Amino acid sequence: MSADYVLETQNLIKEFKGFTAVDDVSLKIQRGHIHALIGPNGAGKTTVFNLLTKFLTPTSGKILFNGNDITSMKSAAIARRGVVRSFQISAVFPHLSVLENVRVALQRKEGNSFHFWKSDKVLNRLDDRAVELLESVGLGDFAGAKTVDLSYGRKRALEIATTLALEPELMLLDEPTQGMGHEDVDVVADLIKRVSKDRTILMVEHNLHVVSKLADQITVLQRGAVLTEGDYESVSADPRVQEAYLGVAADEVQA
Amino acid sequence: MKISKLYIGLLGVALVAPFVMYPVLLMKILCFALFACAFNLLLGFVGLLSFGHAVFLGTGGYVTGYLMMNTGLTPELGILGGTVAAALLGAIYGKLSVKREGIYFAMVTLALAQLMFFVFLQAPFTGGEDGMQGIPRGYLFGLIDLSDNLNMYYFVLAVFLFGFWLINRTVHSPFGQVLKAIRENEPRATSLGYNVNDYKWVAFIISAALSGLAGSTKTLVFQLASLTDVHWHMSGEVVLMTLLGGMGTIFGPLVGAAAVVGLQNFLSGGELGNYVHIIMGLIFIVCVLAFRGGIVGEIQKIVKRNFG
Repeated sequence: MSADYVLETQNLIKEFKGFTAVDDVSLKIQRGHIHALIGPNGAGKTTVFNLLTKFLTPTSGKILFNGNDITSMKSAAIARRGVVRSFQISAVFPHLSVLENVRVALQRKEGNSFHFWKSDKVLNRLDDRAVELLESVGLGDFAGAKTVDLSYGRKRALEIATTLALEPELMLLDEPTQGMGHEDVDVVADLIKRVSKDRTILMVEHNLHVVSKLADQITVLQRGAVLTEGDYESVSADPRVQEAYLGVAADEVQA
Repeated sequence: MKISKLYIGLLGVALVAPFVMYPVLLMKILCFALFACAFNLLLGFVGLLSFGHAVFLGTGGYVTGYLMMNTGLTPELGILGGTVAAALLGAIYGKLSVKREGIYFAMVTLALAQLMFFVFLQAPFTGGEDGMQGIPRGYLFGLIDLSDNLNMYYFVLAVFLFGFWLINRTVHSPFGQVLKAIRENEPRATSLGYNVNDYKWVAFIISAALSGLAGSTKTLVFQLASLTDVHWHMSGEVVLMTLLGGMGTIFGPLVGAAAVVGLQNFLSGGELGNYVHIIMGLIFIVCVLAFRGGIVGEIQKIVKRNFG
């Protein structure tokens, strides 16, 4: 019944001491879609992400992944199931090399991550696959570089390569183009488009240009609750959305 | 290539050192170096500042002392017993503390260590304030007489090299790779599917076991197990050694331990004996303010800048 939907939330609520950050949010993420979560600052987008990946525990409500209830699972377990997230601040391992960043992700499935008596040379057999992934995001030439020396845009690309290494069924991207110059924005947007083939992506994004280009489906959040849903045309035409973004009454905008 | 030459050179120095210097001082340095290296595995490679590591040093020492005095075991088994005891205590304490972060982790480890301090103070077998004295060194494998300082020195050197090798291997293993990832960015490591607390726990146990190994060996060297080894002063001293030598480097704790023990030894003989703590404190302040990388860290920086 829910085969069409990779991820579903049912009446998700998160309260912080008297303040409801996420208020009765029911999302349905269709398989193969790029689904964007937008809304003004403080609308609860990142909180929703934290709930979905259990970095926060919901006050009430349910999270279903492929129809299975994952509400009570731990963060790392959810990641192993195939829901892998990125972070608003670029999530890389700055003092590892670019190649090692991807390899740490590939390493998990090897089952030797507790083997402290083995040489890390056993990881070298993952190098080819890691380089392949780096090439797929245009970082093939940077494999040996120290991650901290990369430009911001390249760090985000590396983050995507690392996430792809886990072959996630669902990727959650938290503001992938935040803080970038417009050239980098287009590069990353193209990259997301490319990697979205055969997988589902849920992204929080402020840049409406990127959203219009990528998203198949958009959910607008305001003050923690779902304001409206639909494709870009219908959502951007909605007077309530314009009001939420511009802070003025809809009829004033039209006038 | 350069590194392996360095290792061979150092090993050569270690082999001839007891003919030039007093072996007991060298053994003391080696024991503390192993202790500091084990501590550095947590601080430098996982980013966990334990403020109660003396408890593992002391537990290893007391258990080994007890076994040697009361059971007639050979020294290698006595040391093994002390190490296992420290590892078990580490497993319990680690489980309780790795869930906490930063200053809370430091406080929990300090509190747990103080708990054991009072156990060792009150328990009948430890000798309380007097400690255990006159612990026999025994015959290694029942054959080699360890009461001879030169024999003892080479035994301690072998123990140290084993511990040093194991730490080095752990750092450069698939496990060590995950530890580094956790140190660099813990939420990201979690989002890649790693149960970070489990990895921290295993690292904690390895560190505790090797601290116990250092304590057990030290007990045999001095034929003494006392409250000094479980006191929080000792926990502070190992922090000083590690920071002074250079945390997160392989050789840093070794250099730091040699510097601290050497200095203490040098000062305690002279007129400045009463000022040891003040002088150590000053060195610590200068280290933290002026050269954060520690001795080895700063040398690495200079080498990189001029030859890299």
